[in-house]
Amino acid sequence: MPQITYREAIRHALAEELERDPNVVVMGEEVAQFNGAYKVTEGLLAKFGPKRIVDTPISEAGFIGLGVGASMLGIRPVMELMFWSFYSVAFDQILNNAANVRYMSGGLINCPIVIRGPANGGTNVGATHSHTPENVLANHPGVKVVVPSTPYDAKGLLKSAIRDNDPVMFLENTILYGDKGEVPAEEYLVPLGLADVKRKGTDLSIVTYGRSVIHSLVAAEVLHKEHGISAEVVDLRTIRPLDIDTVLQSVAKTHRVLIVEEQKPFASVGSQLSYMIQREAFDELDAPIHRVTTVDAPAIYSPPIEIEQLPNPNRVLKAALDLLA
Amino acid sequence: MSKTPSAKTANPAAAPVLPPNDPHLAPVNLKLKTEERIELFRTMMRIRRFEERALRAYQAKKIGGFLHLYIGQESVAVGCCSLMGKHDHVITAYRDHGHAIAVGMGMNELMAELYGKATGCSKGKGGSMHYFAPDRNFWGGHGIVGGQVPLGTGLAYALKYRGLKGAAMAFMGDGAVNQGAVHEAYNLAALWDLPVIFVIENNGYSMGTSQERSSAGELPKRAAGYDMAWGQCDGSNVYEVRALMDKFLTRAREESKPAVVEIDTYRYRGHSVADPDNTYRAKAEIEEYRRTKDPIQVVQNMLIADGVLTPEGVEQIDQAARAESDAAAEFAEASPFPTVEDIQKDVYWEADHPAQRASKGRLFFD
Ligand SMILES: Cc1ncc(C[n+]2csc(CCOP(=O)(O)OP(=O)(O)O)c2C)c(N)n1
Ligand SMILES: [Mg+2]
Repeated sequence: MPQITYREAIRHALAEELERDPNVVVMGEEVAQFNGAYKVTEGLLAKFGPKRIVDTPISEAGFIGLGVGASMLGIRPVMELMFWSFYSVAFDQILNNAANVRYMSGGLINCPIVIRGPANGGTNVGATHSHTPENVLANHPGVKVVVPSTPYDAKGLLKSAIRDNDPVMFLENTILYGDKGEVPAEEYLVPLGLADVKRKGTDLSIVTYGRSVIHSLVAAEVLHKEHGISAEVVDLRTIRPLDIDTVLQSVAKTHRVLIVEEQKPFASVGSQLSYMIQREAFDELDAPIHRVTTVDAPAIYSPPIEIEQLPNPNRVLKAALDLLA
Repeated sequence: MSKTPSAKTANPAAAPVLPPNDPHLAPVNLKLKTEERIELFRTMMRIRRFEERALRAYQAKKIGGFLHLYIGQESVAVGCCSLMGKHDHVITAYRDHGHAIAVGMGMNELMAELYGKATGCSKGKGGSMHYFAPDRNFWGGHGIVGGQVPLGTGLAYALKYRGLKGAAMAFMGDGAVNQGAVHEAYNLAALWDLPVIFVIENNGYSMGTSQERSSAGELPKRAAGYDMAWGQCDGSNVYEVRALMDKFLTRAREESKPAVVEIDTYRYRGHSVADPDNTYRAKAEIEEYRRTKDPIQVVQNMLIADGVLTPEGVEQIDQAARAESDAAAEFAEASPFPTVEDIQKDVYWEADHPAQRASKGRLFFD
């Protein structure tokens, strides 16, 4: 299988869907002539032309709202937010309009829009640029939320997201853009709402998503090599719909759960997971659920300290050992 | 005095305010003492050398994240901030190093902030985009495009409410004008007669997008839709900036009236250091500006022509600015990083002042 980067995987998904469906439009700041702030859309303008690949002014409320409106009338916009951090400027359009219009119209309308872009810390861009809003977004029935961790998942999930008839929020990661992974040359889809066990294990379930999957896999390897502990790593891949069954199957096997998320702890994705695990598998648990989150404060700039604010392999390792102690 | 003629298109629809034909004859410039004229030049030079030093530190991986350089635009922040009185306030976006130095922040605390050190102006928490000095009436340093503009309007509101005779200057780029928050702020300012000057630093580009590709119409003319006064000038001449801004600032302080001012300028470097800057504009365009309009060169030529400075005097100022920047880098290098415990400080006022805490319950979670 060819090895491609996470960035290329997303680009290929966009290109294939642009090819397949003439109503797919890619829109956002610097996506066309500049080839994307993070070069995800590189070459798309040359291939598909300015009707399909559209540069916008810095007007997130305006262009995201425009995308929502266009999606109501048959367009399939794939909107790029240069950073997911800028979603707050377009919050009303996403949460009041995209999330609610189907409900308020009694099911007469649907919004097949995708909003995508990076949502992560770890590059020292400070508090205004490091938001990870998957929990905030998932709090709103009507929107779907996807956070892929590998090139394979990114491509297959984005293609599904573009074909989905509901608004899908697709959260990428600038640090993963350069990561390589195997991606089949032939077409495939990864359905939304299906978790993936990225490493099998028996002693402990690490439930995670996004870049934290990568950290967890590193920690799982150390647990295995240095401590003889067999950790299973469950990658949620999609936050809403949420594949709780795969999580519960893992819990039934290991009886111990560590949640790892690049996310502030209050009302996080992990909070919801913990509730569901204790509610549905209370008797399976041999220990309280532990979790590793972003340290509860706005994102610090200072480069060496930001590493400690975020989940990292050491913090995951330490939490796993605490849990098993 | 030597002159930089300003060719301006007058706007009949909403009568813009233009700088006087010879900005040097504006009272605000005529009254400048020799030392003050030199000081304007020195501040611009210090900004440039500070940023060049910061760029080297960035390339040496001493600085993380973004570094948006102001090189080429120095006359704008220096011209505007040189007019500040006791009750005048400033707020800007992420391209904030120039404003910070222009309001009098020290290079040590600024460089240390870039290095992410505890001795930085924001204790290493804010970084390049988030400089603040409320003691110097400087309210940041904001990373979200356009987000600072309502805040600047709020500073003006507070001035008016408290009966203080001052004005707020809210700086933004030519791309920021397309944010909804900017328009809402325009309307509020005009509707409530707030003493705020919205300063558009038009450097021609928002990242890789030229003004023509991002904005319909002329930027300052949008003020007319809100019945606000507006003006426009060439930013390469610091005296022209001062001449125009003085009118609006005086009017804001005296009559509590807002205005939109567009100052034409240019950035020499990429949008941020990571921007290779080779797709959206020609190198020749940058060279042309640098050759004919470099704001430091423009003032330098005038000061030498007027006999205020000798070439040796210029050289001394330059060397001093370089030495100060190097010393700031050494200070930053030698300073400690914040600690992991520091991450959760400065989040809540109450948590930082436990003796005066009034609320109950848990503030932080894990
Ligand atoms: C809401 C928001 N959208 C997008 C960005 C990314 N971004 C940062 S600066 C910038 C360009 C701004 O250009 P302009 O307003 O002209 O200011 P300049 O950089 O030229 O000083 C963009 C798109 C951001 N920081 N915030
Ligand atoms: Mg600009």
